[in-house]
Amino acid sequence: MIYEVFRQERKGQPLQHAGSVEAADDHFADVYAREQYGRRGESTALWVVARDAVIEIDDFVDELNRNYHRVDGYPLKEKLKEARDRVSAGEG
Amino acid sequence: MNEEVQRTLLEIADDELILGWRDSEWTGVAPLLEEDVAFSSIAQNEIGHARALYELVARAQGTTADALAFDRSPDEYRCAPLVELRLMDWAETIARHYLYEEADAKRLEQLKQLDDPEIAGLAAKIDREEAYHRIHAQMWFDRLQDEPRFIEALEKLRPQAETLLDSTKRGEHTPELTDLWEEMTMVRRSQPVGTTW
Amino acid sequence: MNEQEFLEYVQSGGQVETTDWMPDDYRAKLIKFIEMHGNSELMGVLPEREWILRAPTLQRKLALTAKVQDEVGHSQLIYRVVEDLGKPRERCLDDLISGKAKFHNVFHYPTRTWGDVGVIAWLVDAAAIISQKALLKCSYAPYARIMKKICWEESFHILHGRDVILTLMNGTGDQRELVQESLNRWWGPLMQFHGNPIAKEEDPMYVWRIKSQGNEEARQQFLDGYVPQIWELGLTVPDPKLRKNDEGIWEYSEPDWDELRHVVTGHGPKTEERLDLRRTARENSAWVRKAVLAEAA
Repeated sequence: MIYEVFRQERKGQPLQHAGSVEAADDHFADVYAREQYGRRGESTALWVVARDAVIEIDDFVDELNRNYHRVDGYPLKEKLKEARDRVSAGEG
Repeated sequence: MNEEVQRTLLEIADDELILGWRDSEWTGVAPLLEEDVAFSSIAQNEIGHARALYELVARAQGTTADALAFDRSPDEYRCAPLVELRLMDWAETIARHYLYEEADAKRLEQLKQLDDPEIAGLAAKIDREEAYHRIHAQMWFDRLQDEPRFIEALEKLRPQAETLLDSTKRGEHTPELTDLWEEMTMVRRSQPVGTTW
Repeated sequence: MNEQEFLEYVQSGGQVETTDWMPDDYRAKLIKFIEMHGNSELMGVLPEREWILRAPTLQRKLALTAKVQDEVGHSQLIYRVVEDLGKPRERCLDDLISGKAKFHNVFHYPTRTWGDVGVIAWLVDAAAIISQKALLKCSYAPYARIMKKICWEESFHILHGRDVILTLMNGTGDQRELVQESLNRWWGPLMQFHGNPIAKEEDPMYVWRIKSQGNEEARQQFLDGYVPQIWELGLTVPDPKLRKNDEGIWEYSEPDWDELRHVVTGHGPKTEERLDLRRTARENSAWVRKAVLAEAA
């Protein structure tokens, strides 16, 4: 079985994918991941997950341009310019 | 530190040294790559334990851990025959590993009870690493317990394991210790005693 | 994406993940390159492994065992990447022991003395780390990612190697002679290590951005970093033509490319013996893999 291993380098940091190990079962995976990704003290925590248990999602569809989720959905620059122009015209 | 305590510590240190040396023969050629990495750590731990124990004795004797590890003649070592055997069959290696950890746990328990806080403290530290070795040994035991060659290896080695806890049965060595010693000390012996490496 | 678009994508610094579409030729080149790297790590274990049992102090014993352990760990990481590209580890190992697959030239030579332990850890690992650092930018992202861990561990090996060498150089005359004699034997293979100086644009591994530097570029970097360090210890490099010219380029005697070809095609002085050791170890432990890895049964 293939187990995916995620490691945290220091407390407070996110766990990041480190690699994988092949192991007979969860006990072996525990021992092998611990050695392969932590023996030099390079990790403060590991998550060891059977590859089959990982749900992978990599298709993010945005057919209808939901730009309010994105930076380009907010054209503040032009509006700010308009506002500034308006204010300075009023002062003049 | 009285002589009896020194002798006890040397027995354990020699066991750990020679077992670590034997275990390190698997580094690079173990049955699985993942296991190779794991078992190599165990070998390193055993040698690390030997070094820490030698250091305590060395201080009492006015010498160094390296001198105790390398500069004695084979008949001066106090290790048990079980750790001397060259076992390049994985079933036998795991059988020895399992039997050794079983005996070592009892021995460390006694050491942790000693009045000398330095020795008891070191024993507690060693035991924390050995706990992990015991998990490793148990995991393999569970996997291999129905394998005929593993059952056979356990039967063959169990009588030898008994000498681990009985000082009166130490002192007799197998020819395999001499072979190991020859190789272990060959670089060091190539230059005068006291040369830095 | 078609093959041309893919090529432009990787050449402009784009990275590829395992499940992304990739041209068959790219996948085949990746497997070939990464598999050879895995083989080299695994075969590189053998020359040093002999000296684990002969290390002259407890500290050296521990450091050398840890170094060899790292190399096995690297081969594990690397073969996992190859496996995810479609070639199982067991098949890589089969091809390795049958002599079909290749591994790096330096691992076909004998280790004769404790001096070799220092020279390998210092200079062979230095040459290797130059190649490996260039792989941090590999277009195949899973490989680039594990290279971070590998380079980090290799840096300890160089420290260990330098420490062994410095100790020997500060020691007895015999110890200094060990280092010089070892350097004399390893210099030729070291100069061949980065391969013949073909233009990187003609190197398919560069075209696909699997590698990010050319062979000669790597060799120059090695010479620039390490020749001064060798000289400063009072060692002699066994090449009378070796010098840095006014343009800052290292000049050297032409490495023996015939020897390189001969060695990497499986005719090195220790090739057969080491493959044989791998073969025996693998046969003797086949039952263990059968017992623990159900699907391998």
